[in-house]
Amino acid sequence: MYHNKTLAELSAMLQAGEVTSVELTQHFLDRIKSKDGDINSFITVTEEQALAQAKAADERIAAGNGVALTGLPFAQKDIFCTQGVRSSCGSKMLDNFNSPYDATVVSKLKQAGAVMLGKTNMDEFAMGSSNETSFYGAVKNPWDLKKVPGGSSGGSAAAVAARLAPAATGTDTGGSIRQPASLCNLTGLKPTYGRVSRYGMIAFASSLDQAGPMARTAEDCALLMNAMAGFDEKDSTSIDKEVPDYSAGLNQSVKGLKIGLPKEFFGEGLDPKVAECVDVAIRQYQDMGAEIIDISLPNSGLSVPVYYVVAPAECSSNLSRMDGVRFGHRCDEPKDLEDLYKRSRGEGFGEEVKRRILIGTYALSAGYYDAYYIKAQKLRRLISDDFKQAFEQVDVIMGPTSPNVAFNMGEKSDDPVSMYLSDIYTIAVNLAGLPGMSIPAGFADEMPVGLQLIGNYFEESRLLNVAHAYQQQTDWHQRCPSGFED
Amino acid sequence: MQWEVVIGLEIHAQLMTNSKIFSGASIAYGAEPNTQACAVDLGLPGVLPVLNTEAVRMAAKFGLAIGANVSRHSVFARKNYFYPDLPKGYQISQMELPIVETGKLEIELKDGTKKIIGVTRAHLEEDAGKSLHEDYQGMTGIDLNRAGTPLLEIVSEPDMRSAEEAVAYMRKIHSLVQYIGICDGNMAEGSFRCDANVSVRPKGQQEYGTRAELKNINSFKFVEKAINIEVERQIELIEDGGTVVQETRLYDADKNETRSMRSKEEANDYRYFPDPDLLPVVLDDAYLAAVKATLPELPDVKRDRFIAQYGLSSVDAGILTVSRATADYFEKAAELSAAAKLAANWVMGEVSASLNKNDLDINSCPVTAEMLAGMLKRIEDNTISGKIAKEVFEAMWAGEGDADAVIDKKGLKQITDSSAIEALVDEVIANNPAQAAEFKAGKEQLMGFFVGQIMKASKGKANPAQVNQLLKQKLSS
Repeated sequence: MYHNKTLAELSAMLQAGEVTSVELTQHFLDRIKSKDGDINSFITVTEEQALAQAKAADERIAAGNGVALTGLPFAQKDIFCTQGVRSSCGSKMLDNFNSPYDATVVSKLKQAGAVMLGKTNMDEFAMGSSNETSFYGAVKNPWDLKKVPGGSSGGSAAAVAARLAPAATGTDTGGSIRQPASLCNLTGLKPTYGRVSRYGMIAFASSLDQAGPMARTAEDCALLMNAMAGFDEKDSTSIDKEVPDYSAGLNQSVKGLKIGLPKEFFGEGLDPKVAECVDVAIRQYQDMGAEIIDISLPNSGLSVPVYYVVAPAECSSNLSRMDGVRFGHRCDEPKDLEDLYKRSRGEGFGEEVKRRILIGTYALSAGYYDAYYIKAQKLRRLISDDFKQAFEQVDVIMGPTSPNVAFNMGEKSDDPVSMYLSDIYTIAVNLAGLPGMSIPAGFADEMPVGLQLIGNYFEESRLLNVAHAYQQQTDWHQRCPSGFED
Repeated sequence: MQWEVVIGLEIHAQLMTNSKIFSGASIAYGAEPNTQACAVDLGLPGVLPVLNTEAVRMAAKFGLAIGANVSRHSVFARKNYFYPDLPKGYQISQMELPIVETGKLEIELKDGTKKIIGVTRAHLEEDAGKSLHEDYQGMTGIDLNRAGTPLLEIVSEPDMRSAEEAVAYMRKIHSLVQYIGICDGNMAEGSFRCDANVSVRPKGQQEYGTRAELKNINSFKFVEKAINIEVERQIELIEDGGTVVQETRLYDADKNETRSMRSKEEANDYRYFPDPDLLPVVLDDAYLAAVKATLPELPDVKRDRFIAQYGLSSVDAGILTVSRATADYFEKAAELSAAAKLAANWVMGEVSASLNKNDLDINSCPVTAEMLAGMLKRIEDNTISGKIAKEVFEAMWAGEGDADAVIDKKGLKQITDSSAIEALVDEVIANNPAQAAEFKAGKEQLMGFFVGQIMKASKGKANPAQVNQLLKQKLSS
């Protein structure tokens, strides 16, 4: 069936005329209708628009103007502004926000002719690692409906894992692509900071946010990256550097590849069953001719505290525009300005968002700024320097994506620190601005385990190549959660 | 007790860019509300600022013009506070690393004394929108056309000791920003605004008194009045046993008083931090050299040159160089007529008065510098007298052509033929025998009467010097 095919396979079928985009799109829309009730991976399904885009794509392919993504359906994380479509960011605050413009990523995918099936569920304003903070309700993990799919791109992950879409966009501020990819058995890539435009991506923490693809294979991620990456004059932090053809580099050999294993990623807190899967995967790389080198990232233990100063500080300011004045939720009958602010924001934001606004406001306050924000920025530099040194020795760093497999819904909701620790291996990558991936690497307690690959700046091509090589040797990424095969 | 006044000014100069500092929307004044506010200006979710490099160039130009240190590395920071006309909930400004640091300006007071005023810094920032409280029946309208307009905030040291000094400093900056073409200086439209920090302390005391900040004073006259009334208030308060509190005060021009604005704003913590959406502004020497090459001759240099080159007094040179357009006008007229002092008097006199009367700018003066010079040449070569020249000037103003055409058409050419003047002199003496007799008897003040009669008879055209000479001759013979 179409839904068990990868993007690359569907692309070939479309080009060969074996299927039309309208047929494909209808197929996935039908699956969403019949299966998403249990999972809750979509906030908005854009059926009408999707079919219109599919029709246009079919015409484009017929006219011989199609490119690789033309006519391929995908799911869009609801953090991206989409013109004329609700862009909620998983929040009550933006439940009524129909964006008047398209994010750059959105328009690039549109230009490529990809067909947007709808907008996926996510932790509110991308703040969370379990997708339980969404105003639109929790998303369930297709591998076990009692468990979380990870977050914040949990809707995107669950939708692709359940074969409701062949691929999805995600964003990653502290692990929000890699951790849900790991928990849902997907391949996800967080590019180098500045590789993909942030314009129109609703900001959580501006210096950390980065958009990337989530799919079943590295090959599919490469296809999406070809469309998503590139300089954007509307984003001053995007980098004007040529975009390689990510598909072209996939088949290079990994013989002689130097893989660094940071000892800090294999210590206390890592589930031994997850560690075992990761070990096995690394041995497979060894078998393929890679060289394993033990390294150290001595400051990586500071990542979580540093992140929980920097990210909340930036978000406390980024979310100030949600004030009930121009768009978004406004309380009923405000009696004065202060009442308008207090109630609109009090009602519009959920608990986790409020917690982070409070932390960030505190960290930036007079008298605390130097001790928290400035200190965190200094430590952030040290964390980056660790990686810089490591990449003088190795080509790729590997380790677990998350210390555990998917946990039970509600299990960590009342313990934010325990929740924050589920991103312990991913956060340092964002602080350093490096590209990182998670790829399926086996199962522990019947739940997926992800292997994290970290590359040097702008080495997305290398990461995709290394991931692809593994996927040529293994079939973890082809496993489908039961009940979603047909 | 003897009190000393301490004043520092924060001047906001709106930069004359085409578009906003972080978006492509126009900054033209006076458009319908919210028609010049794009997604970025509205602070919609997901939008990002992109720095207008023209604003950077203008700020650098200002820094170079006051001999300040233009920073090679400056950083935009967010100033966080909530207000309905501040769309993002923060203003993008510069805090720790402004683009211009430590410069100075020399001011000259009415009595001729000069004083150096330190400029602490100047930084780039975006303006907020406007809250419109009238016409909405208890509601507030928000106009975001102004949101994102580029401003250069110029912060002085607390170096001024009187309202007069403050006004002199403000005028100096006002003139300078127009000279270098970065601000139109239009105070009525708010392109040039000023906040004054005012405090008093007993004379001789080292530490400053508590200051009040007077907000948004939009004319030179009001700056002077607001400071004076605030100083009076503070002294009275302290002398009555009270203390000045640090607060923002608003000057009410109608009542000529200052009053406290939002006092809860006192403890505002703006939580400044570097804006992660914008890169640091990095300028190199080549860039600054290129900007410096575009600087025009600055007012002080021009004034000194006018004194040396045209022999003008310091006061006249000062007046003529306040605006670059006036200086250019004068200089053209002086060069073309080769009569600099005469040109100076005419520009400061008739030209300036007529412009004021008609509410015109020197750039739209109907009598161009070339036309003025043409007329001055005719004064110099005795074709017309100074008195007739006023008539010629008025005719030129009214569009009746250049000086020669007017003189020709109206027959205003001076009579210099001595036989013709002699005939007139004889005629006037013959018609006024009584006065002639009195003159001869020693009443020499009647000279003026005779000159007046002769000029009248000649319709003002007789050469006054010749008239005088011939009269004396005839009357004393």
